[in-house]
Amino acid sequence: MAGSVLEIKDLHVSIEDKEILKGVNLTIKSGEFHAVMGPNGTGKSTLASAIMGHPKYEVTSGSITLDGEDVLEMEVDERARAGLFLAMQYPSEISGVTNSDFLRSSINARREEGDEIPLMKFIKEMDEAMDFLEMDKNMAQRYLNEGFSGGEKKRNEILQLLMMKAEIGILDEIDSGLDIDALKVVAKGINRLRDENFGCLIITHYQRLLNYIEPDFVHVMMQGRVVKSGGSELSKRLEAEGYDWIKQELNIEDETINA
Amino acid sequence: MTVETKQPYNDEYISRFSSSRNEPEWMKDLRQQALSQSESLEMPKPDKTGIKNWDFDTYVHEAEGSKIDALDKLPASVAALIDADNAPNLYIQRNNSAAYLALDEKWSKQGVIFTDIFTALKQHADLVKRYYMKDAVSADEDRLTALHAALMNGGVFVYVPKNVVVDEPLQTIFWQEDDSVASFNHILIVAEANSSVTYVENSISHNADTATFANVVTEVIAEDNANVSYGAVDNFAAGTTVYAKRRGVAYRDARIDWAIGQMNDGNTISEHITHLVGDNSGSEAKSVVVGRGKQIQNFTTNIIHFGKNSVGNILSHGVMKEQASSVFNGIGKIEHGASKSDATQETRVLMLSQGARGDANPILLIDEDDVVAGHAASVGRVDPLQLYYLMSRGITKHEAERLIIHGFLAPVVNQLPIETVKNQLTQVIEGKVN
Repeated sequence: MAGSVLEIKDLHVSIEDKEILKGVNLTIKSGEFHAVMGPNGTGKSTLASAIMGHPKYEVTSGSITLDGEDVLEMEVDERARAGLFLAMQYPSEISGVTNSDFLRSSINARREEGDEIPLMKFIKEMDEAMDFLEMDKNMAQRYLNEGFSGGEKKRNEILQLLMMKAEIGILDEIDSGLDIDALKVVAKGINRLRDENFGCLIITHYQRLLNYIEPDFVHVMMQGRVVKSGGSELSKRLEAEGYDWIKQELNIEDETINA
Repeated sequence: MTVETKQPYNDEYISRFSSSRNEPEWMKDLRQQALSQSESLEMPKPDKTGIKNWDFDTYVHEAEGSKIDALDKLPASVAALIDADNAPNLYIQRNNSAAYLALDEKWSKQGVIFTDIFTALKQHADLVKRYYMKDAVSADEDRLTALHAALMNGGVFVYVPKNVVVDEPLQTIFWQEDDSVASFNHILIVAEANSSVTYVENSISHNADTATFANVVTEVIAEDNANVSYGAVDNFAAGTTVYAKRRGVAYRDARIDWAIGQMNDGNTISEHITHLVGDNSGSEAKSVVVGRGKQIQNFTTNIIHFGKNSVGNILSHGVMKEQASSVFNGIGKIEHGASKSDATQETRVLMLSQGARGDANPILLIDEDDVVAGHAASVGRVDPLQLYYLMSRGITKHEAERLIIHGFLAPVVNQLPIETVKNQLTQVIEGKVN
């Protein structure tokens, strides 16, 4: 099977007329795990939000395509149905909508009308995925993200990722605020998806997560661009030496988008 | 300026009406006195809502409805409210007539009364007299309430004796079959000490174009340590102007919890007050509203704390679309001496269109130092970030909005104890917001 390709070319993105991404190039193929690293304020989360179509971010130039289809022309829900999934850093809380109803609606949104997932099959899959992620079963009947702890929200994002069978997963700082045990569980969930039909973009500013999820490619963002790319050895060097050597090498003083 | 109502029913009519139903003398007196009071009393003055052009006068007061022999012969809109295989405690009023009544023997044996108001006036006159328009609502509060007392033409009486716990819901359906017939229904619920009861009511009419009037009074009395859970879905059609007064009185350690779906399509004034008289009494007053068309509505939810350690929670959620406009007054009042009381309220209004209007007025009136009180109020549109989140999972915008609205109205939907009533409310909401 050919798999999917997400291609980002010379992407410029603004929020409230302030340019944050200044020409990002990145290609993610099925079977590949990419990590985007970088200090705070360099545009990493903006990249994730722009790919998914967050209403506050405006793409001013450049392109994003999924298997040649213009992603920027699609509404947010169409992007999801095309195979993109974003595990969000700050998932919304939605009162009155149970986690399980939401999950089922999400799964059915990617299926044809008349081919909805049978209820028993759904429950079985959800139970299994929740067990795998060591989640409390009560969370299925709780309102979506309402009153969830930071760690519960992150696990819940991974639960959705496991069940929705996206082609390309984007994880926006999925490791922030997690203790080491929760981090291991989240990593276990992501690793489970690793196969030739799934590509992944992992955004983090800690090397820590990458101790549990080995990336095939590592990219460093500064000043709203990808300034350096390499293999997993790059993230190991970043952990050992920090970012200063890259700044020196590239003659960057202020790595943030304000520069 | 006050409204001149042209009351079409006079003293002679009322006397005849009362006699024809073999009412006790005190009831006839109460009606006649109320009618004479109505002439001098002022109209209600709902805050921030002008009612001088509302039609409170066009209606037919009396209309019979035939008996219902079998539940499977009901029209679909009524049948949908009932689980015909499991409705042991059900009262259906058709126009002004008691058309169907069932109460499981296990309750009647324990002295529980669940019957139409006219039968109650005949068979339990003293009991009704002790509570009817005494401690909760009085006839002279305003002109419309006096008219209610004068013209009461239907309703139900629920009485639960001391220590009896009724653990199945009692269900009432007020089915206004004729388009022009008025609903002057009176619901009187009395729960004696240490008793418990759950009551669920639907009002339904189909008079989209024919004008009529619903002037409904509900009184709930919860004696010491009694527990009353009251659920209602008001679903009067666009032609009905609604004046609904719901009042609860909770004595020591008693609870009255309300879950009310206000789904009327006509202009509505709803005034809902709970008196927490006794120490350690409590109430949750939850209501949800969907407004559409050119509807004008005014909702007041008020919990008044007299007893120490009394706890009152108000939750009002409204969805406004098209040109509908609504005022939501939430009032938590703590009287002097009600120390350690807790009054909280949350009023949220979701606007689905440019022309809709919503006005949330949270009010705390506190006359005691040692209390806890808080309120939250918001009027706004569907949160774009919530929409983004749902849509990022492939859910269409329309479906995402639907989920958010249903979630927003869930606090009342989920609390209704009868599955058919819950489903029916969900469908009504569906029909109104789409």
